Amino acid sequence: MPSVKNKIYPGSAAAVADIPDGATILLGGFGGVGVPENLLAAMADHPARELTIVSNHAGYGERGLAVLFRQRKVSKLICSYAFHPTAFVFREMYMAGKIELEQIPQGTMAERIRAAGAGIPAFYTPTGVGTQAAEKKEVRRFVDRDAILEFALPGDVAIVKAHRSDQMGNLTYRGTAANFNPVMATAARLTLAEAESIVEPGELPPENVHTPSIYVDRVVLGEDLELRSEA
Amino acid sequence: MNSDPKLEAAALQPSDIARRVALEIPDGAVVNLGIGIPTQVANYVETGRGIMFMAENGILGIGPRPAPSEEDRDLINASREPVTAIPGASVFGHADSFAMIRGGHVDIAVLGALQVSARGDLANWTVPGAGKGGIGGAMDIAAGSWEVFAIMTHLMKDGGLKLLDECTYPLTGTKVVSKLFTDIAFIEFTEEGPLLREVAMGLDARDIQRVSSPRLRVADTLGTLKRETKT
Repeated sequence: MPSVKNKIYPGSAAAVADIPDGATILLGGFGGVGVPENLLAAMADHPARELTIVSNHAGYGERGLAVLFRQRKVSKLICSYAFHPTAFVFREMYMAGKIELEQIPQGTMAERIRAAGAGIPAFYTPTGVGTQAAEKKEVRRFVDRDAILEFALPGDVAIVKAHRSDQMGNLTYRGTAANFNPVMATAARLTLAEAESIVEPGELPPENVHTPSIYVDRVVLGEDLELRSEA
Repeated sequence: MNSDPKLEAAALQPSDIARRVALEIPDGAVVNLGIGIPTQVANYVETGRGIMFMAENGILGIGPRPAPSEEDRDLINASREPVTAIPGASVFGHADSFAMIRGGHVDIAVLGALQVSARGDLANWTVPGAGKGGIGGAMDIAAGSWEVFAIMTHLMKDGGLKLLDECTYPLTGTKVVSKLFTDIAFIEFTEEGPLLREVAMGLDARDIQRVSSPRLRVADTLGTLKRETKT
């Protein structure tokens, strides 16, 4: 057995322990699926403040991300869908002026994160031309079509959810639970992955790995696999 | 539509609109369905036509809604409803999903509309005022899909117009709607402006024109929209 870098952490609390104040956190999940529930719950017991959260939506109900809003740990949210009725905690904080919002198109958000992970500082996209999403942004015409200049969106930390991980941090996803997780895993200096099961290196066939281990720094086995903050 | 008894009597039910939209989708097309009436379109597409439904949260090949006991909590559509995957389906993350969408690989998007303008501008993500709605994937889908079919009631509940010279609500995209299906009309957007192609049974072109701001050209052969759902 060759020696391999074992990235397994003993638990969610240990994995998030050194996230500093002011960190920008890329948080995976869409529609309650593929949410790193245990790592997110550990953040509620963590003292870090002044966080910027990048997430598709603005939380759901009173659990998960909404707990961090209530705790006033989040100073800014970057998301694609801010004011769903289920995101009432965020709405309350936002209307009270307690949290800053940057709302961007979902595909632009994904591509800004992808660019950050791929070493691309900026790109032009046709999405949002002539809308609020283009306000105060450079617009340039390519052939016969206008496009908006958008910048890479890197994180200090990515918190993602995988179906399986090996000890080296190779990840796989299941169904539509990939969503933002694979792209976010590439785009932060520190990537934390929560998995439903952890296997030995070699058990995931190389051609079936969705997120190669190079992107992943720490892996935890989710303590409570039934935990659902959005149901 | 409460403001005009003649229009109200002729108006199609949502299921009738969905049925008409389904006829307009060519065999073999890849289609993204938005929230609301657009979701119903799938009910009227026969399986033998080779039409594939995709959702921006990362699935190509959505099948019928599963029975409650058959639900897989890792498999949802963009409206966070449980779905099934047909044989031949594939799943992927957000970066790939929106590359498909922006890259023009999705043939048709069927989206709900709040307002549509004379040149096919679409407003469908929010109404004026703070703290309402969300962009989600709508701007990317509107900009990237080969064609956008928009669905809306022709009038607001208070009788206000929704087919306008210029949209007054924040835009989702400019010059993106190719076809508009309302409860009383089917209108195609051409280089020469909106072309009225079909009207609900019992109405004529003048009835549609008086509840539409842009001047409508009328097709040489004006068709009739069928009402099959009993009220």
